[in-house]
Amino acid sequence: MAIELKMPALSPTMEEGTLAKWLVKPGDEVKSGDILAEIETDKATMEFEAVDEGTVTELVVAEGTEGVKVGTVIAKIAGEGEDAAVSAPAAAPTEAAPAAAQPAVEQKAEESDGRVGTDAKAKAAAAIAPAGTAKPAADPEIPAGTPMVSTTVREALRDAMAEEMRADDRVFVMGEEVAEYQGAYKVTQGLLDEFGPKRVIDTPITEYGFAGIGAGAAMGGLKPVVEFMTFNFAMQAIDHIINSAAKTNYMSGGQMRCPIVFRGPNGAAARVGAQHSQNYGPWYASVPGLVVIAPYDAADAKGLLRAAIQSDDPVVFLENELVYGRSFDVPQLDEFVLPIGKARIVRPGKDVTIVSYSIGVGFALEAAEALAGEGIDAEVIDLRTLRPLDKATVLESLSRTNRMVVAEEGFPVCSIASEIIAIAMEEGFDHLDAPVLRVCDEDVPLPYAANLEKAALIDAGKIAAAVRKVCYR
Amino acid sequence: MRSEAAKEKETEDLAKPARPRAPRTTKPAAAKTPAVQSSDAIAAEDEAAFALRSLQQSHANNKQYEASDDELLRFYEQMVLIRRFEEKAGQLYGLGLIGGFCHLYIGQEAVAVGLQSALKEGHDSVITGYRDHGHMLAYGIDPKVIMAELTGRGAGISRGKGGSMHMFSTEHKFYGGHGIVGAQVPLGAGLAFAHKYREDGGVCMAYFGDGAANQGQVYETFNMAALWKLPIIFVVENNGYAMGTAVKRGSAETHFYRRGTAFRIPGMDVNGMDVLEVRQAAEVALEFVRAGNGPVLMELNTYRYRGHSMSDPAKYRSREEVQEMREKHDPIEAAKQELLKRGVTEDRIKDIDKKIRQQVAEAADFAESSPEPAMDELYTDVLVEKY
Repeated sequence: MAIELKMPALSPTMEEGTLAKWLVKPGDEVKSGDILAEIETDKATMEFEAVDEGTVTELVVAEGTEGVKVGTVIAKIAGEGEDAAVSAPAAAPTEAAPAAAQPAVEQKAEESDGRVGTDAKAKAAAAIAPAGTAKPAADPEIPAGTPMVSTTVREALRDAMAEEMRADDRVFVMGEEVAEYQGAYKVTQGLLDEFGPKRVIDTPITEYGFAGIGAGAAMGGLKPVVEFMTFNFAMQAIDHIINSAAKTNYMSGGQMRCPIVFRGPNGAAARVGAQHSQNYGPWYASVPGLVVIAPYDAADAKGLLRAAIQSDDPVVFLENELVYGRSFDVPQLDEFVLPIGKARIVRPGKDVTIVSYSIGVGFALEAAEALAGEGIDAEVIDLRTLRPLDKATVLESLSRTNRMVVAEEGFPVCSIASEIIAIAMEEGFDHLDAPVLRVCDEDVPLPYAANLEKAALIDAGKIAAAVRKVCYR
Repeated sequence: MRSEAAKEKETEDLAKPARPRAPRTTKPAAAKTPAVQSSDAIAAEDEAAFALRSLQQSHANNKQYEASDDELLRFYEQMVLIRRFEEKAGQLYGLGLIGGFCHLYIGQEAVAVGLQSALKEGHDSVITGYRDHGHMLAYGIDPKVIMAELTGRGAGISRGKGGSMHMFSTEHKFYGGHGIVGAQVPLGAGLAFAHKYREDGGVCMAYFGDGAANQGQVYETFNMAALWKLPIIFVVENNGYAMGTAVKRGSAETHFYRRGTAFRIPGMDVNGMDVLEVRQAAEVALEFVRAGNGPVLMELNTYRYRGHSMSDPAKYRSREEVQEMREKHDPIEAAKQELLKRGVTEDRIKDIDKKIRQQVAEAADFAESSPEPAMDELYTDVLVEKY
């Protein structure tokens, strides 16, 4: 029986990848540990190692093929004593990508070495985004007719940092693996090359220490961007975020500022267990003296990160690993900076308001599309900034729809959802035709098992169910 | 082959402090000599140990700063200002005019005065914890606005919103005033980072206590400061007690100046009760740091005469111990005796004392008579910008 080699998942979030290069050919003997191929994810190029011994009989997927789904058979090996007859190699990439069914994934003529450019990467990433979630309505902040460029959230964040670093030499980036490794999640890719080691600084694994050094540098007049590999690790540093950064301006009577950005992925990733899966939005949003931003799409990620770096206040900027690879339109403007503290109606509607932020916005848009088919016209609000919270936009929408659901990928107790509901009670009570409901993760540490994890997290179905309830349908 | 005990002895001799240490014990070194050690290895070890001890060596060779009479008079005046100011603060606390936590610097005056007199005010940065009044006065900040902050008045340096533990003057490059034990250490390294980033030649002096010296973030900072050669002087003000816990009850290594060794940071053991010795040690440390060699760790052995804060009855030490320090090792008295020995007249010294009393009385009057902050100050300065 021939051994089938399948497209491996090389990261917790990888769903497909590019078979960048084969390092073996049919007829080659391979043994365990041999490098068979280079596979490109949206983050990095990884080596694919052999586990079994035998003779390569067929390369099913040709090198250069994009969008190869995890689990697709990419090669066959005959074990000892088996028929090692060599099949003809796969001819053209297009024919050899049976799983890449998304029309969005176009084939691109590859360079001779089989590497793909960033365009191809962006397209591969776009294919990962769930259908129907990726297109919020146009942002009124962006002038009509502005040319748009499809950009991943990851690239948008990097572009924001690079543009601010070009404009202001006080801006520097520090964190674990941000420089030579090019970012644990590749958000800082290329910054070291452009700005050098003075401004792109690898730190030891010492969150408390470097968060403090960052805060001190900000007090001393610089503008640090401190990357946490994830916000789970920022709990080690939370004393400096809150006691040092957030409170200093007040304690000094406005004399001493701390213009710093703490940024990194936040919230549940995929199958990484309880200690690596938590949304800290509500924690930071409860602290006066901080600005807390949690964008969903690439344009907001870019425009708001630029605003965060320009701000004279300490900013906690919460990203989401699962969204890094998704592509959205980003306006091609030299000075694209969005206002902090302004929510955005990403889908207008008249029957019910769904309030969300970060990855929840994608689920909310998906739910709204499903509900449209049932005759429920849902408005979706992306809060974008969690502190200061844009109450006016939420209340104005509530006054039109009279029904509201809050969708949040995070624990339900003492959440942003709790806060929105309190605001609706205190300031929107007369507009309510039904109790406001919250759709959050289950109130448990995030489990590892795939089925339990799925059950614990929010999704479009859960949001849609809550919307039907408040609409009494 | 030398035993660890012999090395310990040698370091001890080298580092003999000029004042008797406050309660502290030296643990006998364990006899743990490896069976075989090559001579190369010993030579390399000696070299590394020498580099780490070289500043202490220079300090031991010459401990006294050669101050002019005018300089010594200024040190004396600053120390007296701190003491009288703190005594007055204690009094106002007792009258209910100062609230919350209030940590007095009485007894430790020579540390801030000796060290900061060697800095360039308004150029080099200073940061400390919550026992911060003395460091501010030593950096030339007006006693009036400090005292008004203690009484929580609108004219206070933090508009009455910071209090005793949270005062700052960016103009003087005094960066607080931090209430979380040890937090000022990485913040100080951040200030040093900014000096290096801007290449302005500035140095940061970061003070912390023997208690803070056991916080993990201090060692995270030592590592990065040494790795990046940041221009910072770490100053451990060892006053013998972390609140109520004597050094020997809370610290495995009671010689704090040695605690940078693991990070290749040279240490200095300094008598913090002698302003001229402190100043001379500062010269050695600053020369090393300004030359781009990275951080120095100084241990200043000192003593606080009062409790940890105003609410501490200090039952953990004997009255005799405090009396002994006050009578035999007081930094102000020592400076006064030195001035008299140099022929400065008693009258001139008395004039200074009188002037300081007047200055402190004025600060107290100002602090008592200034109005509390306006109610609309409640919501100002939360954020810098409007969103």
